[in-house]
Amino acid sequence: MSKIKLKPKARKGVIGIKALIKHPMETGLRKSKGKIVPANHITHMTVSHNGNVVVDADIGSSISKDPYFKFNVAGAKGDTIELKYKDNKGKTGSATAKSK
Amino acid sequence: MERRLFLKSAMAGSAVATAVGAGLLTPSMVFANTADFKAVSDAAGASSASAGKGSFKFKAPKIAENGAVVPMTVDASKMDGVTNISFYVVNNGTPLAASFNIKGAQGYVSTRIKMGTTSVVEALVTAGGTTTKVAQEVKVTIGGCGG
Repeated sequence: MSKIKLKPKARKGVIGIKALIKHPMETGLRKSKGKIVPANHITHMTVSHNGNVVVDADIGSSISKDPYFKFNVAGAKGDTIELKYKDNKGKTGSATAKSK
Repeated sequence: MERRLFLKSAMAGSAVATAVGAGLLTPSMVFANTADFKAVSDAAGASSASAGKGSFKFKAPKIAENGAVVPMTVDASKMDGVTNISFYVVNNGTPLAASFNIKGAQGYVSTRIKMGTTSVVEALVTAGGTTTKVAQEVKVTIGGCGG
């Protein structure tokens, strides 16, 4: 089960990449029942287009829960888009999709 | 007497919880962001102070009903050589929400960020070595009436 929804869609030579990552994005500042919920958020994310990194992002804890991103890359239908992320606990996730 | 005892024990209990929260967790767990990210945030703050007004589009709601999810979009597709797009929420504890290093993609980023209170949000776009910004105030009205 992939926890990332990745939907690249090509239109007029531009691929619109929509990504939705399922992640709690805890800041480490919020309290639940008097106890601090430990931080658990994405710190780094890269998006590749046909193997080349096009977006390399430093993400803070103030990105909302289940983060959504949209990028535009010049490209055509059938190109491969890959998204990788890493969170502060060292967990990684990735998803690959062919542009439609 | 029983009531007093109950109160006492309840207070002792909460004191322990606070101690756990403050003392036993490691700093990296208490501080929301890593030191690396703090450095990036500080750098963004410094560049924001000297940045001129940008000629790109920054779309954010004027009033956000829920501060947990505030959608915003930077569209700098018309600018050449965009290398970085950052979202900077002035009143947040760590002001930088995210910094996107663009390498070949178009200058367009759309995402959703969290905001603690009403704040000015700045979108920073670096193109060809110079940083420009567009700022907009976003009112956060959690709880409904007024802000």
